[in-house]
Amino acid sequence: MPSRSTTYGTGLRGLSIATLVVIAAALTMVFYYAPLDADQGFIQKIFYIHVPLAIVSLLGFVFGGLMAVGYLLTGDRRWDMRSYVAIHLSLIFGIGALVTGSIWAKASWGHWWVWSEPTLVSFLIVVLLFCTYQPLRFSIEDPERQSRYASVFAIVAGAFVPLNFIAVRLAQQYVHPRVLTLTGGNLPGSMMLTFLVSLIGIAMLFATLWKYEMASKNARSQVRRLRRTLLGDDALAPAGRSAAPS
Amino acid sequence: MDTPAVELRGLARYFGERTALRDVSLVLPAGASVAVLGRNGAGKSTLLRILAALLRPHAGEVRVFGEPLPRRAFAVRARLGLLAHEPLLYSELTGRENLRYHAALHRVAERRVDEVLEAVAMERRADDPVRLLSRGMVQRLAVCRAVLHDPPLLLLDEARANLDPAASALVEPLIGRPAGRTRVLTSHDPRAALAEADLVLALRDGRVAFAGAPEGLHDDALRELYA
Amino acid sequence: MRTALVLLRKDLRLELRTLETVPAMVLLALVTFIVFHFGLDRDTIAGQEAAGVLVATLLFAAMLGVNRLFVAEREQGGFDAFLLAPVDRSAMLLAKAAGLFIFLAALEVVAVPAFGLFLLGPSLAPPLPGLIAVLALADLAIAVIGTLVSAIAIHTRARDLIGPVIGLPLLLPALIATARAAGPLLRFTHAAGAPPGKWLAVLALYDLVFALLAYAVFDFLLED
Repeated sequence: MPSRSTTYGTGLRGLSIATLVVIAAALTMVFYYAPLDADQGFIQKIFYIHVPLAIVSLLGFVFGGLMAVGYLLTGDRRWDMRSYVAIHLSLIFGIGALVTGSIWAKASWGHWWVWSEPTLVSFLIVVLLFCTYQPLRFSIEDPERQSRYASVFAIVAGAFVPLNFIAVRLAQQYVHPRVLTLTGGNLPGSMMLTFLVSLIGIAMLFATLWKYEMASKNARSQVRRLRRTLLGDDALAPAGRSAAPS
Repeated sequence: MDTPAVELRGLARYFGERTALRDVSLVLPAGASVAVLGRNGAGKSTLLRILAALLRPHAGEVRVFGEPLPRRAFAVRARLGLLAHEPLLYSELTGRENLRYHAALHRVAERRVDEVLEAVAMERRADDPVRLLSRGMVQRLAVCRAVLHDPPLLLLDEARANLDPAASALVEPLIGRPAGRTRVLTSHDPRAALAEADLVLALRDGRVAFAGAPEGLHDDALRELYA
Repeated sequence: MRTALVLLRKDLRLELRTLETVPAMVLLALVTFIVFHFGLDRDTIAGQEAAGVLVATLLFAAMLGVNRLFVAEREQGGFDAFLLAPVDRSAMLLAKAAGLFIFLAALEVVAVPAFGLFLLGPSLAPPLPGLIAVLALADLAIAVIGTLVSAIAIHTRARDLIGPVIGLPLLLPALIATARAAGPLLRFTHAAGAPPGKWLAVLALYDLVFALLAYAVFDFLLED
């Protein structure tokens, strides 16, 4: 097999440092620059983590779907790997968003979960859908079929993300006063700035982790390929069943 | 006439990290028969499925009637018939219903269904659900299905399994040498396959162990192949 | 198109011969009504509550059909036979979705009147035209998404689990819209009204988007 080598390690150090700096700046701004919310007080600050996590995770899901299109068009396993890493990172970010959202809801509305917040409900549906991504991969043995079916899933689910938000939002009336809309139109300037820096920080964190995992997976598969070339098929322990592309 | 019916060059296929076929090459002239030999798991069925465009090759070149697979699979499908382990018949439908369904898929006139049923002496049991038939009868129906569209290339995986000598004689004009089709055949009985073949392709762990005329394959080599 | 008809005819013939799927779906729906009767401890229900019960019941029954959709193809070589023929791959999507739609319609022909008889407070007759429109759009969504999900699940080891587990979240927006559209129809007060146009539009949009998506990706599920 031709092995055009791709190295995801390039620029990783710079990116990691930049991510750390931006996140540190964001946290500083959250605690020392952004004003306290008049109604909600200190707890509102969780918003600067919660919303960026949610946005980045949703974008990550869609990104995973786009990478999957690349796989179906080219048949190159690396696209599947990109899609896989994006989706499973997004799932982690998404669960983070659900947990922080739940804490926020408890603090400001008194309940761990509120159905009247359409964004939260649609987000839960999306996370539930993507929770099935790993089990799906895991239950298909043939790696090629696994990649193909996972890509089909990623595309459908990626397209589902915006569709679902439209449908659920239509289904509910806004009951609670909203601190923000996704556009943040009604935020005071300093809050908006803090929010944007946090959003960039979380997005950079996502990108950094994505690159780290891609670099590691890529290095591992290259090692396997080299071992096979040098030592022959039998030198490799069988890969075992796996949900991850290799 | 110069285009070979089947042309393989450096064909490889993997299932994950397991190698099913590697570096398999073959040129099969139109009208000739090749016997694909090898133990269970040597890659015979994989090879047939690739030729039937059911499985995509991972490396190498596959041409059937000059058409590259899998890119031009559509052009090849009408010209090949596959008879594999599964009969590809719905057990709840009757033989005739099954064949009519396949005839419709292949855009073959329904008259042809009666014709092939008669050829294998199945007209009387043709209206019983397939699940009620004996394995030999099902195999005869499967033969009908494979030749329904009169394909010039036949891929026969253990075609005569479950057939007694009488039934085997019945299907001979359809899938045997007298049918005049190009054939790729495998058999659990290598000698029977060799007797029908102009060429031999012996596989061992997915690689070509022997390729050439049947006379070139000595008894020792044959025994080693199955050892 | 012609190929899809050939496939559909074969599927309907198989179902008529075996009576495997539709009777089981109907039976499940009837039993679910009884469960709701006791679970809610109510003799009659109306409005949004009735819509919820109806949608949940139809969904459970539909899942049976979704799970069975490709079993014969997988177990009896139907996929290979289809792939060996020189025909358009999309015909299978069309035929299977149409078949599932017909199964769902058959289910509802029995289950909806039974619902009116067993549980529904208001009369079923006035809202029926509106309800048929809503259910037809909902069935379309279930048929398309069900076919897609079933085709994904059939080649997995845990296919009975994977199908519903992927299918339910994908169907949720359509189910929400169906329940919201049916709710006002099943009220005592203005039963004769048309279903809210907003929900019909959402359902129709959902059907359209998923039909296009399914058409785009389905071929990849058939390759080996």
